[in-house]
Amino acid sequence: MTVWMTVLRVVLFLVLAPFVGGLLAGFDRRITARLQGRQGPPFLQPFYDLAKLFNKQSLIVNRFQTFLIGGYILFTMFTGCLFFAGGDLLLVFFSTTLGETFFLMAAFSANSPFSSMGVQREMLQTMCTEPMLLLAPIGFYRVTGSFMVGDIVGTNMPLIVFLPGMFIGFLFILTIKLRKSPFDLSTSHHAHQEMVKGTTTDLTGNVYALVELAEWYEQVLLMAYIALFVLNRNPWSILAAVVVCLACYFFEILVDNVFPRVKWDKMLRSAWLVTLIFGGVNLLAIIFIRFIH
Amino acid sequence: MGTVAFLILFPFLAAIILAFMKRPGKARDITVYISCGLIVAAVVYLTVSVLSRGASFAYLTEARGLDSAVLVGEAVVMCVIFYYGFRYKRYYVVLLSAIQTIPIIWMELSGYSVEGRPRIAIDNLTIVMCLIVGVVGSLIGLYTVGYLKDYHRHHPEFPDRVPFFLSVLFLFLGAMFGLVLSASLSWMYFFWEITSLCSFLLIGYNRTPIAVRNSFRALWMNLLGGAGFAGAILYSTMVLQCATIRDLLSLGGGGRLVVIPAALLAFAALTKSAQLPFSGWLLGAMVAPTPSSALLHSATMVKAGVYLLIRLSPVLGGTMPGIMVVLVGGFTFFAASVLAIAQSDGKRVLAYSTISNLGLIAACAGVGTYESAWAAILLMIFHAVAKSLMFLSVGAVENCTGSRNIEDMHGLIVRLPRLAVVMIIGIFGMFLAPFGMLIAKWAALKSFVDSGDVLMMLFLAFGSGTTMFYWTKWLGKLIAVPHSSRPHPDTVHWDERIALGTLASLVVILCLLFPVISAYLVRPVLVEMFQTAALSVITSGDIPIMLLMMCMIVVVPIAARLLTLGKRNKPTLSYMAGVNEGDDCSFVDSFGEKKQMYLANWYFPDLFGEKKLWKPCLGIATAMLLILMVVSIGGVL
Repeated sequence: MTVWMTVLRVVLFLVLAPFVGGLLAGFDRRITARLQGRQGPPFLQPFYDLAKLFNKQSLIVNRFQTFLIGGYILFTMFTGCLFFAGGDLLLVFFSTTLGETFFLMAAFSANSPFSSMGVQREMLQTMCTEPMLLLAPIGFYRVTGSFMVGDIVGTNMPLIVFLPGMFIGFLFILTIKLRKSPFDLSTSHHAHQEMVKGTTTDLTGNVYALVELAEWYEQVLLMAYIALFVLNRNPWSILAAVVVCLACYFFEILVDNVFPRVKWDKMLRSAWLVTLIFGGVNLLAIIFIRFIH
Repeated sequence: MGTVAFLILFPFLAAIILAFMKRPGKARDITVYISCGLIVAAVVYLTVSVLSRGASFAYLTEARGLDSAVLVGEAVVMCVIFYYGFRYKRYYVVLLSAIQTIPIIWMELSGYSVEGRPRIAIDNLTIVMCLIVGVVGSLIGLYTVGYLKDYHRHHPEFPDRVPFFLSVLFLFLGAMFGLVLSASLSWMYFFWEITSLCSFLLIGYNRTPIAVRNSFRALWMNLLGGAGFAGAILYSTMVLQCATIRDLLSLGGGGRLVVIPAALLAFAALTKSAQLPFSGWLLGAMVAPTPSSALLHSATMVKAGVYLLIRLSPVLGGTMPGIMVVLVGGFTFFAASVLAIAQSDGKRVLAYSTISNLGLIAACAGVGTYESAWAAILLMIFHAVAKSLMFLSVGAVENCTGSRNIEDMHGLIVRLPRLAVVMIIGIFGMFLAPFGMLIAKWAALKSFVDSGDVLMMLFLAFGSGTTMFYWTKWLGKLIAVPHSSRPHPDTVHWDERIALGTLASLVVILCLLFPVISAYLVRPVLVEMFQTAALSVITSGDIPIMLLMMCMIVVVPIAARLLTLGKRNKPTLSYMAGVNEGDDCSFVDSFGEKKQMYLANWYFPDLFGEKKLWKPCLGIATAMLLILMVVSIGGVL
């Protein structure tokens, strides 16, 4: 019974995540347009774009790159499956890193100045997010006693009560992960990036479509991570989680439109500082409280 | 027992024979091949025979004659150090050697030594170490034969001292076998000193001023550690009546008595495994030919340090010396991984990575739980294999292209595809799932989280980010595909190729075999050391997932083909804002002239450079070490 439920969840993720991710992207574009006083595209525009990309012939700089992008999307999907199957969060973390490495290698293999600059920045972004992505599972573990997603959502209280610092830290690196301004250094969704399209400059047509698709999967995964801070045994918490996720996403859109892009050193310093202060202090606090009890 | 004697004595014999084979040629090469083969065979035989009988053994409880031989050996080592110290006018080395060897000899001669304790002991940890030293060490020996031929062709300025190099290499292996097979502290100490001497001799191989300077730095740091070891022997023999590590362990972790020898031994181990503030010697060691670096970093030397820490780990857990090891190790893990970012010399990056990984192993040993010791042993195994592979491939690339700078490895996948693939496997093995190092790091993380050590969790979280950064950018250099570059002549000798191929396969095979290694080699010894029931460290459900990931990496090329099936892709040049000069390697500049494009990695020398961070790191580590040494020893006295 439970096995089938797991399989069902994984299949639902694989099928539905692109739709959710695409809708989020559509929502993003519409809101951004309204914030800038424009009409904006229809909500379903990202899907039309993706369909068009898939039908286009690719201009490829080398065959190797296609293979590496294949690795990227496969491991991104695999990561999501692990998560929705209720798996080990540390394994989810390692699997994300593996997928990310494939993406980085694809950008490196293009041997172009723009991809190359983009990938150096992308590596830096990963270095900024990695500590918090590793501290969050540690926080969950110290509170719930398990690294398994399945156990973490089965608590009595929403975990944000114990881990407010972690939540703030995670929200901070979420901006970097989603490549939203002020941290859209490696590649940007807006047309004002100074290095053409950064990491994805040399990707076109159906190969680029795979990257877009992988990003949608990744967005859903990140939102699910946010949901972990809220979900608990109470069925109503699912609704709360959805609301919190949407609120966070809206917050990211706002941030994207309000802040100008920062330089890399500012990103590194701020991300590490926020991780250290909010993540580290939160961790210290829960271990100290456990110690007193 | 015969195999044990063979393993210790045969490399010494091979060393003597090779020292006298002055003429290059087939005879010398074949002697090396046969010696390496015999060592591997002996190690495998020992492993099989011990595992099939399944227990630990202790030998030579009465061996006064051999004790005297060891004593003579110690005196000889001291004389050799005296000779070099006087010859190069480094008198501090003479002093350091004298203050540790003379008291030991005095103690033995005046009959203070504890009788009736075993000199030799074998358990599974010994077997693991023997396998690392024997297999990885022999492969390095095999590689050396081909490597040195090219090395001296490229560097005519250095004197050709190949017989000396080969001889020291085997001496080193013999000393390592001696070290791991010894139960008695004074025997261990004897072999410990030989490894210090061997590393000194190897680092000084080229006899250039910088080689001499670096070799003496290695010598004094390791002799300082040796002094700590000697102090531990004196205290444990004369005050505690303990002759072996096992005796020390039986005094119990919480015991006040064991703290002093534990702190001194831990100090010795930290110097040997090049932890901050003693990392300088390992960084300086790269002036020597690559096989010596490979040997120092993977199979021997630094592994001796962490081996000692793992042996001590049951008494380290929760004590002051344990806290010292955890703090110094954890700090070194983080600091070295940050320092590695600013380096572009391949061997220097590898050196920092070794220091960093050893820091993690040391920290695991210092935590002193079953879980953490498991992580430490597995880290040690995987690190030995992956790191020797990395060093040997960097050496091979240097012999082919004349540079070991990572920037010059741009597009290696096109120029030297075979070496590039081997190197990529090595890098994957160093930091990515589902390869070995990562499995062990995972266990390490779990054990830190369980012990509730926030500082270690932070070190690991930030350190894993920086580790990812310096490996990925190296990986990226290899994998760039420039259009106009052509394959470089691949001048790798067949023996080097065998060594590289075997190590690369080992990196992959060990990942598949790690549950087996854990169950048959690691778990039994941990049960014995920690007196607990066997625990499984990685949840059993996670192992199939790791294997699945392994399969997926293999499946990716096929999947990538399927995903883009039926689409005719058109090859093109990479985007250069429309100013390409017909390929993706040069462009038209603002003067309308053709200019070569050069893509560089980021190194952040102003942020992470040695100039900025080295001294603060030394300061912090020295302060930690000094304070905690004083507190742990002073707290007992």
